[in-house]
Amino acid sequence: MNFLIDFFGNPANWSGPDGIPLRFAEHLEFTGLSLLIATLIAVPLGLWIGHTGRGALVVVLSANAARALPTLGLLVLIVLLMGVGSTAPVLVPLIALAVPPILVNTYEGIRGVDPDLRDAAYGMGLRGGQVLGRVLVPVALPLILLGLRTAAIQVVATATVAAYVGLGGLGRYIIDGLATLRYELTVGGAVLVGLLALAVQGLFALIQRVCVSPGVSRRRKVR
Amino acid sequence: MITFDGVTKRYPDGTVAVDDLSLEAPTGEITVLVGPSGCGKTTSLRMINRMIDPSAGRILLDGVDVTTVDPPTLRRGIGYVIQQAGLFPHRKIVDNVATVPYLLGWDRKKAQARAMELLERVGLDPGLAGRYPFQLSGGQQQRVGVARALAADPPVLLMDEPFSAVDPIVRASLQDELLRLQSELNKTIVFVTHDIDEAVKLGDRVAVLRVGGRLAQLAAPAELLAEPADDFVREFLGRDRGIRRLSFVPADGLRLRTDLTVPVSAEVSSVRGTAEAWLAVVDSGGRPLGWVAPKDLPDSGGTLAEVPAAPYGTFVRGRDSLRAALDATLLSPSGNALAVDGSGRVEGVVTREALDEALARIAEDARG
Ligand SMILES: Nc1ncnc2c1ncn2[C@@H]1O[C@H](COP(=O)(O)OP(=O)(O)OP(=O)(O)O)[C@@H](O)[C@H]1O
Ligand SMILES: [Mg+2]
Repeated sequence: MNFLIDFFGNPANWSGPDGIPLRFAEHLEFTGLSLLIATLIAVPLGLWIGHTGRGALVVVLSANAARALPTLGLLVLIVLLMGVGSTAPVLVPLIALAVPPILVNTYEGIRGVDPDLRDAAYGMGLRGGQVLGRVLVPVALPLILLGLRTAAIQVVATATVAAYVGLGGLGRYIIDGLATLRYELTVGGAVLVGLLALAVQGLFALIQRVCVSPGVSRRRKVR
Repeated sequence: MITFDGVTKRYPDGTVAVDDLSLEAPTGEITVLVGPSGCGKTTSLRMINRMIDPSAGRILLDGVDVTTVDPPTLRRGIGYVIQQAGLFPHRKIVDNVATVPYLLGWDRKKAQARAMELLERVGLDPGLAGRYPFQLSGGQQQRVGVARALAADPPVLLMDEPFSAVDPIVRASLQDELLRLQSELNKTIVFVTHDIDEAVKLGDRVAVLRVGGRLAQLAAPAELLAEPADDFVREFLGRDRGIRRLSFVPADGLRLRTDLTVPVSAEVSSVRGTAEAWLAVVDSGGRPLGWVAPKDLPDSGGTLAEVPAAPYGTFVRGRDSLRAALDATLLSPSGNALAVDGSGRVEGVVTREALDEALARIAEDARG
């Protein structure tokens, strides 16, 4: 508890290049950017593979690769290859981390739609793209959002590794605190990351409520 | 009219689901495809709207080979109802029904108005329009499925075991509803079922398929029951074929006796001496009250209103079948049936002898 008071109560921690707002903004930047790029790659790919059934192997490989990939190792490798100085090195491993859960869940979501429903949609005279956009996506949306949420939380937590290669973000507090034995920094940084993860959870709960049809989430009272 | 012209479907694994099928489904009639599981009913049906394409032969819709039409365009002009209803879970009932009108680019208001009209047509409370499919019972969902298929008023309706997932009572009411709708709409309907009773009840014509997708017999229900083409069809038709046939014989050919009714105001003493075994008592409006046996009447004064009457059975002449008339005779100790008109007034009595004559004529027909 004292650590937290020391950390959050210290006015020096709230301003300057080492202040909480700036570190927070940096963390959000890494997280947001890598999630955006991962989404742009994985959602269309997952939709296409799920809808056409072609390339399902990609999904399996990607899911397995995700377990085997050492994020920190990848980060160091990229820094060695590209040098420090931009945010690019930290984005690559974070994207690599985010793609598999999004891809797998999007694919499973689309593929898991009741075949009778898909059949009925074609039978009504919807074209392939209409079946995907008007029926499969709305019905698979909870799973697609689950993939995005999983990825987001993982990325929020893992973006701390940026600090290992001299970049900013909330990881700075954790690493610097350990290095200088100022544990209030480490604890404070960890708490901030935790809070951000909670905020992400909340955000996705909200998106789910707004975007998923009550007919799919079945949370509507009978009138 | 839908024409199957030597249609064969061989699946990639070599299964021949439909073998050289030729038949016609006439415009404005219900043609039922019936047969045991795996005989190719669904495959045949789905070749009409190109959910499956034939390996050989042609399917013509009013003379046009369906394989020359772009599938989505073709399907928007053909209503399709499947067993599990297949409603879109994320859309409200009204929007489910309006699916095809939306696809055809109808104005939203117009499409929804049409959807509401159809919900009413298929016997659903329009109050359900704002619900989602999961909030409906199976029977209600099935009605929505029918409404959705009819939304853009397609001339052709394909139905694949649409009522088989609901309980027998709901099924019977859905069947009645379909027949009522059809009497108003006169669609060209191809209806698939494995239930021969359903086939015989709904079909203007029934095509019995055998496993391997070969046509065993194509006939009107009465003819099918009277003259099965072979042992397979006979077996498939099952028990009670003779009795079930009576459903297709109209009862208006029965000989009526009009001298067996007495008004309830008649004096008991005046009826007691009658030679007939049973007399039907009717009220002042001509509606039946029951049967009395003159020789058992008490030796007392008063009118027939004061003596107990035995139960009676009725059938509607000009609407009901011989089966209903037979049923009516079995409901009364008199062994006679009362023929009534549409408003329930007694027109006359069908005695057991009269019924016997009619049954004898049918049995005679069976000689061929
Ligand atoms: N996609 C497919 N690939 C291979 N064989 C198939 C395929 N679809 C159906 N069959 C086979 O074709 C035959 C006819 O199938 P179909 O679904 O038309 O039968 P059905 O008469 O509708 O049966 P049911 O009453 O059980 O619905 C069956 O032997 C079935 O196993
Ligand atoms: Mg079938």
